[in-house]
Amino acid sequence: MSTTKKLAGAALAAALGVATLSACGGDAKDKSAGSSDAPKSKTVTLVSHDSFNVTDTVLKEFEQQSGYTVKVLKSGDAGAALNQEILTKGSPRGDVFFGVDNTLLSRALDNGIFTPYEAKGLAGVKPEYVLDKEHRVTPIDSGDICVNYDKAYFADKKLAPPQTLDDLVKPEYKNLLVTENAATSSPGLGFLLASVGKYGEEGWKDYWSKLKANGVEVVDGWEQAYNERFSGSAGGKKAKGDRPLVVSYASSPPVEVLYGEPQPAEAPTGVSTGTCFRQTEFAGLLKGAKNEEGGKALLDFLISKKFQEDMPLQMFVNPVTKDASLPELFTKHGVVIEKPENVAPESIAKNRDQWVKAWTSLVVK
Amino acid sequence: MAVPLVFFGLFFAYPVAAIVGRGLKTDDGWQFGRIGEVLARPDIADVLWFTTWQALASTALTLVIALPAAYVFARLDFPGKQLLRAVVTVPFVLPTVVVGTAFLALVGRGGLMDELWGVRLDTTVWAILLAHVFFNYAVVVRTVGGLWAQLDPRQEEAARVLGAGRFAAWRHVTLPALAPAVAAASLMVFLFTFSSFGVVQILGGPSYSTLEVEVYRQTAQFLDLSTAAVLTMVQFAAIGGVLAVHARTVRRRETALRLVDPARTAHRPRGWAQSALLGGVLLTIALLIVLPLGVLVERSFDVPGGYGFGFYRALQDTGAGGGTFLVPPLEAIWNSLQYALAATAIALLVGGLAAAALTRRAGRFVRGFDALLMLPLGVSAVTVGFGFLITLDEPPLDLRTSWILVPLAQALVGVPFVVRTMLPVLRAVDARLREAAAVLGASPLRAWREVDLPLVRRALLIAAGFAFAVSLGEFGATVFIARPDRPTLPVAVARLLGRAGELNYGQAMALSTILMLVCAVSLLVLERLRPDKTSGEF
Repeated sequence: MSTTKKLAGAALAAALGVATLSACGGDAKDKSAGSSDAPKSKTVTLVSHDSFNVTDTVLKEFEQQSGYTVKVLKSGDAGAALNQEILTKGSPRGDVFFGVDNTLLSRALDNGIFTPYEAKGLAGVKPEYVLDKEHRVTPIDSGDICVNYDKAYFADKKLAPPQTLDDLVKPEYKNLLVTENAATSSPGLGFLLASVGKYGEEGWKDYWSKLKANGVEVVDGWEQAYNERFSGSAGGKKAKGDRPLVVSYASSPPVEVLYGEPQPAEAPTGVSTGTCFRQTEFAGLLKGAKNEEGGKALLDFLISKKFQEDMPLQMFVNPVTKDASLPELFTKHGVVIEKPENVAPESIAKNRDQWVKAWTSLVVK
Repeated sequence: MAVPLVFFGLFFAYPVAAIVGRGLKTDDGWQFGRIGEVLARPDIADVLWFTTWQALASTALTLVIALPAAYVFARLDFPGKQLLRAVVTVPFVLPTVVVGTAFLALVGRGGLMDELWGVRLDTTVWAILLAHVFFNYAVVVRTVGGLWAQLDPRQEEAARVLGAGRFAAWRHVTLPALAPAVAAASLMVFLFTFSSFGVVQILGGPSYSTLEVEVYRQTAQFLDLSTAAVLTMVQFAAIGGVLAVHARTVRRRETALRLVDPARTAHRPRGWAQSALLGGVLLTIALLIVLPLGVLVERSFDVPGGYGFGFYRALQDTGAGGGTFLVPPLEAIWNSLQYALAATAIALLVGGLAAAALTRRAGRFVRGFDALLMLPLGVSAVTVGFGFLITLDEPPLDLRTSWILVPLAQALVGVPFVVRTMLPVLRAVDARLREAAAVLGASPLRAWREVDLPLVRRALLIAAGFAFAVSLGEFGATVFIARPDRPTLPVAVARLLGRAGELNYGQAMALSTILMLVCAVSLLVLERLRPDKTSGEF
C-alpha cells in the first residue's frame, strides 16, 4: 500500500495546486498574516460585519493620502463578527474592528479586545455619542430602529398611522404589526429595548402582553418581516404581505425611494417617530494589531468628513460628527428622531440575555 | 487512508475539539458539571425532541416521495431526462432564505394552495417537512437512482420466469440489492434535516427551534461557549447513534452485485402502469420543485409595469455606484465557480481515497473512520467556523483569512456525499475481478483503474455533482470565514435581501435565478463528462 500512499500524497498536492490555480484571481497580492517582510506594513486590515460598505473612490483617496492599502474582511452579522474578535483576542485577524453597537459595547469592553486611542478629530464628534471615556472605541455612525408604516394602507382605511409605542396596543391597530425575533435579529432586539427604555425593567413585560393580545406577529429576521410580511415594501407587495406595520429602520423610507424603479416622488412608507431605539456603532483598534499605525490612521479616516458624508448612502446610517451634512435624499424623505428610547450599555450587558429569554417565553412560545 | 485521516484530523476534529474544549474548560479546570446543568433544562429537552422527530419524519416523507422518481430516472427513458435530473438538484444550491420566499408563495397566505383549497401551511410543521423534501429530493434520486440504473434487470426477469409476481420479484431481488443505497440516502437526508437551520427558522417561525439553531445562537450571539459545547456533544451523540444503526443494518446487506452499463437498463415506458408512474413523478416534480423555483424566476422578471430584464440590467450597474458591498454579479459567479471547483477537487480526492480504503478493509477501526467522515454533515457550521478561528491561527497554518479555508470547509460537507455515493457501488464490485487482475500481474492501482473505475465512474460523476452543488450553495460556513471581499452568489443574494427597496429585492431574485442556472448548467456539463475510453462491460 505504500505506493498508494505516495500517490495519494502526490494527488493531494496536485489537487491543492489545481485549487490554488483556479482560485488565485485577485489574491496574488495577499500576504499571509504573520509574514511581514517589511518593518512597516503597508496593508491595514479592517474587520467588520456584512453590512459594512464604502464608496470605492472614497477609500482610494484615503489609500493615496496615507500610503496604506486597505483590506476589508467581513464575517457574519454584528453579533457573530464581534464574538469572533473576542475568541481571537490577542491574535486578531486585522487591525481595526468596525461594528460594535451599544447593545454589545459592554461585552467588547469587558473582554478587553481594544487598545485605547483618541482619534484625531474626536472633538468634532457629538459628545452624546462618546460613551467610552477611555477611548477604547470611537463612535462612527448612528441609526434608529423604528416602526415603519405603509402609507397607502392607512390612507385607504382613513386611519391615522400609529406614532408611539402606546398607540400600537390600541384596538384600531389590531393584527397590523410584524416584528422580528429579539433573540436572533438586531432590529428585533432594538424594538424590545425600546420598550424597556420606555416602560422600565419591569413594565416592558406588561406592554408585550398587551402587544401580543393585540395580535403582533413575530418572524425570524428582518428580511422576512420586511420583504414578505410588510405590505409597504416591494417584496411584500409581491408576496401579498398583509401587515402594514413593521419594525425596521428610520432610514428605510429613503432607501425605498433610492431603490425605487422608477424613483417615486414620495416614499411609500413612513416612520412612527415615537417607537424608536437608537443604535450607535463604534470602531476600535484591536489589541495585538500587526499594523497599529495604519489602524490609527484608518480610525481617523472613519470620522473624517469625507467618510462620514459617504456613509448615509452606503450603509443608510447617520453621521456622528457635527460638520457632516446629510444627503438630500435623507433630508427630503427621512425624519429626524428627536427622542429615541435609550437603555444604558451596562444595563443591557447585565440583563440582555435574561430579557431575551423572558421575551421569548412571553411572546414566542 | 492517511490523506483523509489527516484532512479530517486537521480541518474537523482538531478545530471542533478545540472549541468544545474551550467551552468546557475554564480556569478552574474542566466543567463537566455543565453537561448535566444544560441537559436538565426543559427547553433543551424540547429542542432535542423536536429536532429528532422532524428529521425522522422528513426522511420518511422524502423517501416515500422520491423513491418512485429514483426508479423512473433509473429505468425509464423520456425526453428531457438529463435536464430534469439537473433541475431536481437545483434546490440544493439555493440559500434557504430564498427558498423560504418561494415556499411561502406555495403554502403561505395567498399562496397557490390557499387560492386552490384554502389551505395554509406556513408556521406549521408541514411546511418544514415539505421544504425538506424539496431540498433532499435529489439526494434520494441521485444516490438510489445511480445504483438502480446499474442493476442487471435480467435477475428480476429470471425471478419472474420462475413464477414470482411482479411485486414479489422486486421485493426479493431488486430491493435487497438497493438496500445499501437507500440506507445511504436516508442517512444523508437524516443528517441534513437533523442539522436544519434556515428552513426551520423561516417556515416554522420562531416558535420552532432545532439544536443547530440553538448552537448558532449560543455561539454566535450569546458567546455562551459552554452551553454550545454541551449541545454540540449532544449532536455528536445523536449522530453517533444514527450511524451505529446505519452501520448495523447495512453491513450485512452489502454484497457483490452484477453491475451493468446504465445505458442498457433504461427503456421507454411500457404499458399504462409505467406511463402512469412516469406521469405521477413528473407531476410531483412540477408541483414540488419547478413551481417554487418558477416563483423566483417570475419575480426576477416582474419589473414595474410588466415583465422585463430590468433587474438583470441593474445587476450590471452595481460596479458603477461602486462600493465594497456589491460586486458585479459576473464576478460573484466566477468566485462561486472557483470555490466550487476547488472544493470538488478536494472532496473527490479525500472522499475517493476514503471510499477506496473503506472498501478494502473491514473491522472496528474502519467503521469508526466511516462514522467520522459523516460527522461534518450533522455538526453546526458555526462550530466548525469558530473552531477554525481559534486553531488555524499560527503559522504555518494561519489560514483564518486565506481563501483556501472556504473550499476546505465546503469539502468537509462534500466528502460525506462522495463517500456515501461511491461506497455502495464500490462494495458491489466483485472482489474476484480485482483478484483476477492481480493474478494476471496488475498493480493495485492498475487493477483499480481497469476494474473499479469503469464501474464506479457513474457514481463518481454523481458524487462530483453533489460536491459541486454543496459548495455552490453553501452559506453557513462561508459567512463565518472572513476573507478578502470576494462574495459568492449566495452571499451576494443574502446581502441584497438585507436592504430595503424594490431594486435590491428584484436583483436578489435575479441573482438567485442566475445561481440556479449556473448550478443546472454545471451539473449538465458534469453529466456529459465522459472519459475517452468506453467503459468495459461485463
